[in-house]
Amino acid sequence: MKFFVCIKQVPDTETKIKIGSDTQSIDTTGIKWVMNPYDEYAVEESVKLRDSNPGSQVWVLSVGPKKRTVETLRTALAMGADEAIAVDAPENLDPYQTAKALAAVIQQEGGAKVIFTGKLAIDDNASCVSQMTAEFLKVPHTTVVSKFSLSAENILVERDVEGGAKEVVQMLAPAVVAANKGLNMPRYASLPGIMKAKKKVIKELDFAGLNTGASAKTKVLSLELPPEKPPVKMLQGDSSAQVSALVKALRDEAKVL
Amino acid sequence: MGKVLVFVESSNGKIKRSAQELLTAAKKSGQSVTALVGGSQAQQLATECAQFGAQEVFVVKDSQFDQYNPELFTEMMSQAVAEIKPTVILASSSSLGKDLFPRVAAHLNTGVLSDCTELNLQGDDVTVKRPVYSGKAMAKMGFENSSVKIVLMRPNQLPIEAPQTSATAATKELSVKKTDLKTLIKEVVKGTSEKLDLTEANIIVSGGRGLKEAANFKLLNELADALGATVGASRAVVDAGWVSHGMQVGQTGKTVAPTLYIAVGISGAIQHLAGMSGAKVIVAINNDPNAPIFQKATYGIVGDLFDVVPKLTEEFKKALHH
Ligand SMILES: Cc1cc2nc3c(=O)[nH]c(=O)nc-3n(C[C@H](O)[C@H](O)[C@H](O)COP(=O)(O)OP(=O)(O)OC[C@H]3O[C@@H](n4cnc5c(N)ncnc54)[C@H](O)[C@@H]3O)c2cc1C
Ligand SMILES: Nc1ncnc2c1ncn2[C@@H]1O[C@H](COP(=O)(O)O)[C@@H](O)[C@H]1O
Repeated sequence: MKFFVCIKQVPDTETKIKIGSDTQSIDTTGIKWVMNPYDEYAVEESVKLRDSNPGSQVWVLSVGPKKRTVETLRTALAMGADEAIAVDAPENLDPYQTAKALAAVIQQEGGAKVIFTGKLAIDDNASCVSQMTAEFLKVPHTTVVSKFSLSAENILVERDVEGGAKEVVQMLAPAVVAANKGLNMPRYASLPGIMKAKKKVIKELDFAGLNTGASAKTKVLSLELPPEKPPVKMLQGDSSAQVSALVKALRDEAKVL
Repeated sequence: MGKVLVFVESSNGKIKRSAQELLTAAKKSGQSVTALVGGSQAQQLATECAQFGAQEVFVVKDSQFDQYNPELFTEMMSQAVAEIKPTVILASSSSLGKDLFPRVAAHLNTGVLSDCTELNLQGDDVTVKRPVYSGKAMAKMGFENSSVKIVLMRPNQLPIEAPQTSATAATKELSVKKTDLKTLIKEVVKGTSEKLDLTEANIIVSGGRGLKEAANFKLLNELADALGATVGASRAVVDAGWVSHGMQVGQTGKTVAPTLYIAVGISGAIQHLAGMSGAKVIVAINNDPNAPIFQKATYGIVGDLFDVVPKLTEEFKKALHH
């Protein structure tokens, strides 16, 4: 039994974003790259699942510039994944192209029982790739998953929706499961894990070589920094004075009450 | 001229505010506007769709569509697109919208843009703005190679107009058949909150570690009740188990865009800001004048929250009920 995990490398959450000179992408100099936080939950769940299903394997897969993706693939190997595939691709694929590539590789490698992803990549903020990959593989999907179990042919998950409600969803395997926070506590890579990961061979493929024929469906026209907020107005006096000044300002100045 | 298809979500027998926003925007664009609404109450909802600008409403009168199922809804959209032949689809970037439309887009080999905060709809020319890099940049985006352009708008971003009570629309029925489903919704476990979800709320009161312990969230609940607000939280208190993780605002929680966000005892870590910097007005209450939250706030109160919050609750009650 094989489990695939799709992982993306994204700028660290603390990174300051600067717009590049082309105005369509960010300036990547000095950026620290990390595994997309939701993908950590996906890796953790797959490794746990592998450990409770002797003989099964976790394959991690990442599409993007090779020099970056191999780094995050090594992190996943250090967390316990068995095999890794890097699909070398240009920086600016759109979710449609990415999903085409992921589906092509998963198919080419003989498919999987479960394909784990994150619910959202925090760089492009798309939450599209998981569902698109599922559609291209003609398998069901559930996104925003905070509970998972697998029994023979069925996958049982809980999906978080509005108002704190949860949908309990059963899918016939194989299926795509997109992880939310709350699914588990991702482990830190252990030192022996890191040493072992260093020695593993990462299989390398090329996006063009996959011949997906997929062209981008969406494009970035320009990037801009969010508008500067005017400086904060601090409310003065004792707490009673502050509170009445605040309510007055919200009502008469900001007009939000 | 283009043809805009608005996917309408409803709750408690009324169309959602987000659907009213989308219908208003479609109408203003001067293109022909078709609404699609499913579920056992579809027929009643059609009238409301007309009042907000739909000239034509497709109804799928089928109780199967009372509950979201990705496979079933993908089939519905696929049939609707074949029948209606829209150039643009507008839907809400809700739990349902974000789950469904990327799959629909892949199915139709077309483009989709999620979590949009601005919409520019002129004929076939559709551009949007959407936050990327956790709101640290805004991307202006458009479509290419797309037969139908699918835009998912974040709620509370577009204006609505008063409904035209006399407006009517031609209603057409669509029947959607799909068997052999591989996805089964076994149960929906209701949330504890009767209030609007954080992602739809107009006013949010959020609490952080400054509240000291779980029981003190009572102060925030009282403040929220006075304002008709929804209560949110920082990750620190979610991870501490004080509140459920559906209440978390931020990078690994929910992204919210209310008109008013009141942050109480929250320091303003960059990952928290990522989830709420889209709020129109931000109020910060913190006893540390150097807390980073003040750099993002519109109004700030430096003070002890245990002193300030109860007074604020009383002041709001006075201001709003007289
Ligand atoms: C990958 C990643 C993802 C993350 N995602 C999120 C996320 O989605 N959401 C999120 O919120 N965080 C997230 N975090 C965590 C974030 O970095 C912060 O740790 C967290 O937001 C801090 O929560 P807090 O402001 O409640 O606590 P603290 O930072 O401890 O702040 C408490 C504040 O309360 C104030 N205070 C104390 N007592 C009082 C009083 N009596 N009256 C008034 N004020 C008082 C203090 O001055 C302080 O500013 C993430 C971190 C990482 C690494
Ligand atoms: N380039 C990529 N390589 C591998 N997996 C990806 C890539 N982009 C997105 N994914 C997966 O799809 C999820 C959702 O991404 P997105 O649709 O971009 O928000 C991520 O959490 C990953 O699991």
